[in-house]
Amino acid sequence: MSNGTVAATEKNFYEEGTSRHKGILGWLLSTDHKRIGLMYLVTIASFFIVGVIIGVFMRLELIAPGPTIMEAQTYNTLFTLHGVIMIFLFIIPGLPAIFGNFFLPLQLGAKDVAFPRLNLLSYWIYLIGAFLVLLSLVLPGGPIDTGWTFYIPYSVRSTTNVSLAIFAAFVLGFSSILTGLNFITTVHRLRAPGMTFFRMPLFVWSTYATAWIQVIATPVIGITILLVIIERAFGVGIFDPALGGDPILFQHLFWIYSHPAVYIMILPAMGVVSEIIPTFARRTIFGYKAIAMSSLAIAFVGYLVWAHHMFTSGISDTARWIFSLLTFIVALPSGVKVFNWVATLYKGSIDPKPPFLWVMNFIVLFSIGGLTGLVVGSLSTDIHLHDTYFVVAHFHYVMFGGTGTIFFAALYYWFPKMFGKSYNIKLANVGVALFFIAFNMLYFPKFILGYMGMPRRYFDYLPEFQSLQLVSTIGSWLMLITMIIVFGNLIHSLFKGKKSHSNPWGGVTLEWHTSSPPPLENFHEIPTVNHEPYDFSQLKEMDYESK
Amino acid sequence: MQNDNSKHEHHVTGYGTYILVWLALIALTSITVTVSGIDFGMAALGIALFIAAIKSALVINIFMHIKFDEAIFKVFLLVSLFTLLVIFILTFFDVVNR
Repeated sequence: MSNGTVAATEKNFYEEGTSRHKGILGWLLSTDHKRIGLMYLVTIASFFIVGVIIGVFMRLELIAPGPTIMEAQTYNTLFTLHGVIMIFLFIIPGLPAIFGNFFLPLQLGAKDVAFPRLNLLSYWIYLIGAFLVLLSLVLPGGPIDTGWTFYIPYSVRSTTNVSLAIFAAFVLGFSSILTGLNFITTVHRLRAPGMTFFRMPLFVWSTYATAWIQVIATPVIGITILLVIIERAFGVGIFDPALGGDPILFQHLFWIYSHPAVYIMILPAMGVVSEIIPTFARRTIFGYKAIAMSSLAIAFVGYLVWAHHMFTSGISDTARWIFSLLTFIVALPSGVKVFNWVATLYKGSIDPKPPFLWVMNFIVLFSIGGLTGLVVGSLSTDIHLHDTYFVVAHFHYVMFGGTGTIFFAALYYWFPKMFGKSYNIKLANVGVALFFIAFNMLYFPKFILGYMGMPRRYFDYLPEFQSLQLVSTIGSWLMLITMIIVFGNLIHSLFKGKKSHSNPWGGVTLEWHTSSPPPLENFHEIPTVNHEPYDFSQLKEMDYESK
Repeated sequence: MQNDNSKHEHHVTGYGTYILVWLALIALTSITVTVSGIDFGMAALGIALFIAAIKSALVINIFMHIKFDEAIFKVFLLVSLFTLLVIFILTFFDVVNR
């Protein structure tokens, strides 16, 4: 990877665009994968903040038993919105759309993705989907109150704007499919000379595995949503038992997509971890092929476990033990990754910069999330814990503690590359530490509350739950302060930050071989790859000096 | 990409074939509807799926040109079909044993 450098005078992608337009249109009509990635970043981060604020209001309502700041129906609407926004608008598109778009072509040594215009279309479809979600809030009928899982029969009978809101999810699915299609083709067709499959960085591997899930699983939710809309509009008995339908069929179809979707969320995050750990341990990744293959294994086995969401729904006993067994099997490739990451750290020369600290947060929080997944994946314990706060705690540890944490890790790792600016390291460290405290205050009490029998999605609760509910609510305030610090640090640096070195961390994958921010076509000339992806002997060739 | 496309010839399917396939699809749809009125018990689902499989094979091969395209597209299609098959089998572990 020797000749991918850029002349210092060359314009970067902020100064030179693909569109003949200037200003805002130069962005909205740009087919440059980096600009599209940044547009996703702004949009998705905005929705994330909205989701956080809704969450804080929900926690405030739960500070004491009985109605506190809202009515029960408002609470139903808020938890549905919190779920829909966080799942469909933040966490599913999040890492692939932002960092996949920005870094997949860079890490492959390509000038752009395979279909740049399709990429822009994906962004616009995402915007349209997001607009439809917002529209469903203000139209007569009122905001959807079914929970983000849209379970039948309530979602057929609810008089709120269910059809429009789920149609929005249908539209968002297309954005996801097209992004996946683009990434698969890019990986197959646009690798730089010498970039064999087993020289691809592990973020590329995980994004590639994710892309397959996006393409194969998403149509299932599309069809399911259309069936619900048809049932609502014409009274056809597909799912509603009162009309002769099968409500469990809906749950099957919903989770056939939505469980693999969990892996759409977590796999790219695992890829980012596999990038950050070698860079800050100055050591090649332990078990490269095992990590790459475990991504594919997770993508595949992830299809086979969906009914573990349905153990108490009345499915057959045969199905229950088979799906419980398969659920335990999917823990194996996840375990392979965690052990390999830890083994990479062993005897490494660790430099605990903020991205690395975020990853340490991830390993602890995600491991708790993963292991408690086995508790609810076991048939007997699930009977007790199903639909309690335990499940809420489990998936927040996996989703927010896993993917959410890595969203910040990736942002803090690649920020200097994306914007050419450096941020305040000390403040960033404070953000990481506060996040760990706030996160555990906010969600750990829910494990205990769930075990004690506190049901999820309830507006009210018994007095004995109050002290732990209060701890959780105070955690939500601390989390809000943390978010202000974490985002504030980056936003401040964007305008006032010092110019960053093109390779501040001493990374060796291809994105660190070009300038910060990169030029329009990424590299001055197409790089030739003649090293393994995490071979740190390259740092000498790259004239890297650690400070 | 342009250069790649010019290397191999594009298969041209005549209008006659398209119309024939279209008529076959309509005929198969009528059979599905008719069969649904007869009580075949558990076999009814199998028959409906079998007819649907023939219809999708026609659409995929002729209308979507997979029959005349590169092998890699068939591999990708088979991956999807395999996934679908696995999903069907696993779902039936529930439905059949309920």
